[in-house]
Amino acid sequence: MSQVFHPSTNTLSKVTIFGGVFFLGAVAWAANEIFRAPWITEVNVAREQPVPFSHKHHVQGLGIDCRFCHTGVEDSSFAGIPATKTCMGCHSQVWKDAPVLEPVRESWRTDRSIEWTRVHDLPDFVYFDHSIHVSKGVGCESCHGRVDEMPLTWREHSLNMEWCLACHRDPAAQLRPRDEVFTMGWDPEKQASPVSQRELGEELAREYHVKKLTNCSTCHR
Amino acid sequence: MSEAETTSASGRELWKSLAQRENPDPFEEFVRREYPSQIHKFMDPPERREFLKLMGASLALAGVSASCTRQPKETILPYAKSPESTIPGKPLYFATSMPWSRGAIGILVESHEGRPTKIEGNPDHPASLGATDAITQAAILGLYDPDRSKAIKYRGAIRTWDDFLTTLKQAMTTQAAKKGAGLRILTETVTSPTLALQISYLVRKYPEAVWHQWEPIGRSNEQDGAIAALGADVTSEHHLDKADVIVSFDADFLASAPHCVRATREFARRRSGRESAASMNRLYVVESTPTLTGAMADHRLSLKPSEIVEQLQHLSDLIHDATHIPSGPLSPWIRAVAKDLSSHRGGSLVLCGESLPAEAHALVHELNDVLGNVGQTVDYAEIPPGQLLENLEPSQSLVSLAEALRTEKVDLLLILGGNPVQTAPADIEFASALAKARLRIHLSLYEDETSDLSDWHVNEAHFLEAWSDACSRDGTVGIIQPLIAPLYGGKTAHEVVAAAADEGGVSGYELVRSQWRGSELGEQGFEGPQGFESRWRRSLHDGLIALTTRPTPFGLARPSARQSLHALPGGLELVFRPDPTIWDGRFANNGWLQELPKPITKLTWDNTAQVSPATAARLGVENEDVVELELDGRKVRAPIWIVPGQADETVVVHLGYGRTKAGRVGNGAGFNAYALRTTKAMWSASGLKVTKTGDKQKLSCTQEHDNMEGREPVRVATIDRFRKEPGLFRAHEGHEKEGGTSLHAPHAKGDYSWGMVIDLNACTACGACVAACQAENNSPIVGREEVRRGREMHWIRVDRYFEGEPSHPEVHHQPVPCMHCENAPCELVCPVGATTHSDEGLNEMAYNRCVGTRYCSNNCPYKVRRFNFFLFQDFETEVTKLQRNPDVSIRSRGVMEKCTYCVQRIQETRIHAEKEGRKIVDGEMRTACQQVCPAEAIVFGDIADPKSAVAKQKSDPRNYGLLEELNTRPRTTYLAKLKNPNPELLDGTGELEGKSR
Repeated sequence: MSQVFHPSTNTLSKVTIFGGVFFLGAVAWAANEIFRAPWITEVNVAREQPVPFSHKHHVQGLGIDCRFCHTGVEDSSFAGIPATKTCMGCHSQVWKDAPVLEPVRESWRTDRSIEWTRVHDLPDFVYFDHSIHVSKGVGCESCHGRVDEMPLTWREHSLNMEWCLACHRDPAAQLRPRDEVFTMGWDPEKQASPVSQRELGEELAREYHVKKLTNCSTCHR
Repeated sequence: MSEAETTSASGRELWKSLAQRENPDPFEEFVRREYPSQIHKFMDPPERREFLKLMGASLALAGVSASCTRQPKETILPYAKSPESTIPGKPLYFATSMPWSRGAIGILVESHEGRPTKIEGNPDHPASLGATDAITQAAILGLYDPDRSKAIKYRGAIRTWDDFLTTLKQAMTTQAAKKGAGLRILTETVTSPTLALQISYLVRKYPEAVWHQWEPIGRSNEQDGAIAALGADVTSEHHLDKADVIVSFDADFLASAPHCVRATREFARRRSGRESAASMNRLYVVESTPTLTGAMADHRLSLKPSEIVEQLQHLSDLIHDATHIPSGPLSPWIRAVAKDLSSHRGGSLVLCGESLPAEAHALVHELNDVLGNVGQTVDYAEIPPGQLLENLEPSQSLVSLAEALRTEKVDLLLILGGNPVQTAPADIEFASALAKARLRIHLSLYEDETSDLSDWHVNEAHFLEAWSDACSRDGTVGIIQPLIAPLYGGKTAHEVVAAAADEGGVSGYELVRSQWRGSELGEQGFEGPQGFESRWRRSLHDGLIALTTRPTPFGLARPSARQSLHALPGGLELVFRPDPTIWDGRFANNGWLQELPKPITKLTWDNTAQVSPATAARLGVENEDVVELELDGRKVRAPIWIVPGQADETVVVHLGYGRTKAGRVGNGAGFNAYALRTTKAMWSASGLKVTKTGDKQKLSCTQEHDNMEGREPVRVATIDRFRKEPGLFRAHEGHEKEGGTSLHAPHAKGDYSWGMVIDLNACTACGACVAACQAENNSPIVGREEVRRGREMHWIRVDRYFEGEPSHPEVHHQPVPCMHCENAPCELVCPVGATTHSDEGLNEMAYNRCVGTRYCSNNCPYKVRRFNFFLFQDFETEVTKLQRNPDVSIRSRGVMEKCTYCVQRIQETRIHAEKEGRKIVDGEMRTACQQVCPAEAIVFGDIADPKSAVAKQKSDPRNYGLLEELNTRPRTTYLAKLKNPNPELLDGTGELEGKSR
C-alpha cells in the first residue's frame, strides 16, 4: 500500500503547528500594542477645538488658578468647563476683536454653548469624582500632566483601568499636601525641607484617611 | 417538594397560588425551569443549529470589534451664562406638590442640570411625611411620556395658541350677550385653590354659566353621609396612631383611600412593635375583595357588599345595646368586635369605605361619636374650597350636564382635564351627548378618547412643568413650582380659564402669585416684618403654606338619627374598584405602573374579573377563561382570575383599563369596566350574569416567579405566643456562625458593614419600594409577554403568600431585594469575576465584565438576579432619556443586574462625609426603597456599629434570615410578622381560628 501522505507533510505540519503558535503570539502582541498605542488611547494627541485655547498661556503666562475656570472641582464630580461668561469677563476687554475668539463672542451673542471636544473622556460606566480626589491630596498634575506646558490640550495618561488601579492600589505614590494640589510641577524633593514622595505619601495617607480603594463599586455602579 | 419543606417548624403551610396548592407537579416543573419558555429553543435541532451558527458569527465579529474600537468623539457644552446656584454634576431638590383627586401630596423633586429625575416625599408635608405611594413615584415617567399630546389641534389639524384664543374669544363674546347661558365648564375634582377661585369668578361674570364636576373615583357617598349625620360636608381626619382597635368596613385606608401614605405611617408605628410591643393595635376588616388593608388585618371577614352593611348595622345595634342578639352565623364574630370596641372607648376607630352607601357613612359617624372617638382618633375638617361643588353630587352633576347637552342648551363646553368619554357611567351615554355641544374644547395631557370627540384639543402642561397650587385632603396647600419649562409648550387650566375670562396673556406664575398676594398669606401671614415676597419664597422652599393646615377639630352637632340598614337582594354581585396601579385609567400609559404587580393578585398589564375559588367552581371557570359579564343588557368580555379570600358570589372588576387612545403602553390593555358602571350602581350591582365564551386570554402574573420552594420564607406568630416564647423565630439557627468552617475565603473588612432589616409587621406591600427602585436605578419595563416569561426587571419584588383555606386565607407579604450574602453563592460561579464581594459587604455587579452566562442567577437561592434577555432599555426615544438617573449605568442586552443597596447613594454620601473628614452618620444614607417606604419597614445602615438603628433591629428576637439554613449569611434580614388576634376569636390551640366563618 502506498503512503497516503507525502513525506513533506511532516515538515509542513511542524511548520504549521509552530508557526501557528508564533502567529497567535504575534497577533496577541500586535493587539496589545495597538490597544495601548496613542491611536486608541489618544495619549499626547492634541485635540482640535473650536477655539485654540492655550492652557500654557493662561496658566503659565498669566498665572490663573485652575479653579478660576474649573469651578466645580472642589464640590462636584465634574470639574466644570467655564461658561462663556467667564471667558467674556476678560475677553470683552482683552483681544476683544481677535478673529480667533469669534466662536466665544458668537456664543455670548446667541446664548448657545461653545462645543468643546472632550480630551479626558471616561467610559459611561465609570463614575469618577473630582472633588474627593482633590480633597484627598491628588494633584491635578497627577492625572492631567503639566497642563501649564500644553499650548493645546492633550491627554497625558491613557485613562485605562490599569492606570487608575495603579494609584488606587498604592495612593501614597501620588499624594501631596492639599495646599499644593493645584500647583503645577510641585516636587516634594525640591522643597525647603526635602522629603521623598514615598515618605510624604504615606504620612499624608494617614493624615487624610486615604485607603486603597479597589472595590468594583468604587467606580462602577 | 417533601413534607418537611412545605410545612414549617411552626406547622404552617404557605402557598403562593392555587395551582401550587392543589397540584404541585406542574408547579414544580415551572419552578425547575427558571426561564420556562426558553427550553424549546435549545432542544429543537434546527433551531439549535441556527443558534450555534449565530453564536460563531457573533463571536468572530466580537473579536474583530473589541480590539479595534476607538472611543467616539464627545463634546462638552458648557452654559453660555450659568444659572444661579447650579453646579454641573450636583443635583438640586425643589419642593412642590403632586395634585390629583385623592388630594395633593407634598414632594421633593431631584433635578439634574434642569431635568427632574426622581420624586421623593416631602418630610414637612402632612400628606407625605417623607414617603410617597407607588403612583407618585411613577409620575416622573408621565412627564417624559413620548405619547403625551404635543400640540393644540382643531379637529386633528395643528393650530397655534393664538388661533385658539381667537376662537375662544369669539365664543365668549357670544356668551356675554346671553349671560353665559350656553356656557358649561366640566372639571375633575379641583385641588387648586387658585383655579377654584378663577372658575368661580368666571361663573360670576357669566351668571347663567354652570360649572360641573365629574370624578370617577369620587367621594359622593362620603359627602352625603357626612351631610346626613353631621349636617355639613366635612372630611374625616383619622389618627391611626392613637387607635388601639380599628374596624374597617370596606375601607382600604392603607392603599387606595386619600391620605393612605400618612395612614400607613401612623398605622405601622403602632404595628411594628418598634415603639412598644404592648401597644400593638388590632385591626378588624370586613370587605368584599382582598385588599392590602385586609391582608394586614388580625381578623378579616369577606362578605358581599350587600352583606357588609348588614353587619355594620349589627355592630351599631350591639354598641348601643350589648344584649342585642344579631341574627345569622356571624353573630359571635361581630359580638367580639363590639365588645372590643366598647372596651376601648376613645381609643378605637371605625372606618367606612367610599363604596358603601351614604347611610353606612352616617352610621359610622354616629358609631365613632358614641364610642367617644371624635376628637381622639377622628377629627373633622372643612372641605377645602373648590374641591367639591356645594350641594351637588358629582354623579348628578354629570347627569345634568348630559341632559343640557341633549336638549342642545350648550354652545360652548370647556372640559378642563379628565376623560369623561371613557369614565362616565354607561347609562349617561356621554359620548353621544357630547356631540350635541356646538363647540367642545378639551384640555388634557393626552389626545385621549374625549379629545377625539372634541373640536379643540389643548395640550396640557404636566404638573412638573407649570405653576399652580394644590390642596391635600386635610387642607394643607402647597405651591406647585415647575421643574422644567413645558416640553411641548403645554398650557394649564389656569391659562385657559384666564383666557375665557378675557384675561389672556397672564402667565400661570402671575395668576398663582396674585391669588396668594390677595389672600391670607399676603395680608396676615406669618409673624414678622417680612413682606409677601419673603413669605412666598419661604412657602416655595418648604413646599407648603404653613397657614393652611387646619388640624383643629371642626365643631359639629352630635349625630342623633340612628340609621337602619338592611341587606340588599342577593345573587351574583358585581363590584367596581379603582385599579391599584393605574387608578381610574389616567395612568394607563405609564409603563412602570402597568408592570408593577398588583397587590394580592400579582397580575400585571391587565384587569380581570376576579372571583372566589368557590364561585369559580360553581360557574365552572378557570383562570384565564374569557367570560361575558352581562349587567342590565350591557356586556363586556373579561378574563377570569381566581382570588383566594374574595367573598363568594361576587365578581370584582377594576376600572381604568380598556383604553383605546391612551398611548403605546395603555392601548389594548385589559377591558373597559366603565361599560358596566351606571349612576344607579357606582360601586356594586346585583343581577350580574356570567357566561363562558370558551376563549382563553393569557395573563401575565408574577406570583409563581422567583420561587424559593416554600422553606418558611415568612415567619408569623401571634403576639401572645411570641411573648411566651421569645426565641420562637430563631428555630433555624443551627447552622455555622461567623468564623465557622466555610469554603469561602474570609472577606476583608472595610470601614462599614452595610446591612438591611425589613420589618414584615410594618410592611403593607404597597409597592412604593418597587416603583422607587425602578426610578432610582434606571430599570426598564419589559412588556406583557416578557413578564409572562418571568423576565420582569424589578430589583426588589414583593412576594405574596397565602396561608390556610383558599376561601379565607391569611395573606403574608415579603419584599425581597438582593440579600447581599456574606457567603454569596453567585460570586463563586461567575467565570469572569463580574460579581464580587466588597470589603463593606456589598455583593457587587460590574456590568461591563458580565458576559451573560447566568450561572449566578442559577445559583442564587433567592432568585433576585435579573437578566437583560433583550435590549429592554429604550435607547431610541430621546425624551425618555431625560428621566434617567445619571449616577447609575444603563444596562444593555446580555447583562445580569440586581439590587446594589443603592451603591450610588452610598458613594455620594461617603464622598460628602470624607470631604468633611468624618464617618457616615447613621441614617444619613438611605436606599431608595427605604426612603419611600410609608411604613418605615426598611432600615439600612452599618451593622458593625452597635448604636445604629439597623444593628438594634438585628438584635431583635424577631430577626431572622431568609433561607439562613443554607449558610449564605444574608445581610438583608427580616423581622418576623406578629398578629394581635382577639383571644375571644381564637380556638383552643392558641392558633388563629379558621378566620370568622
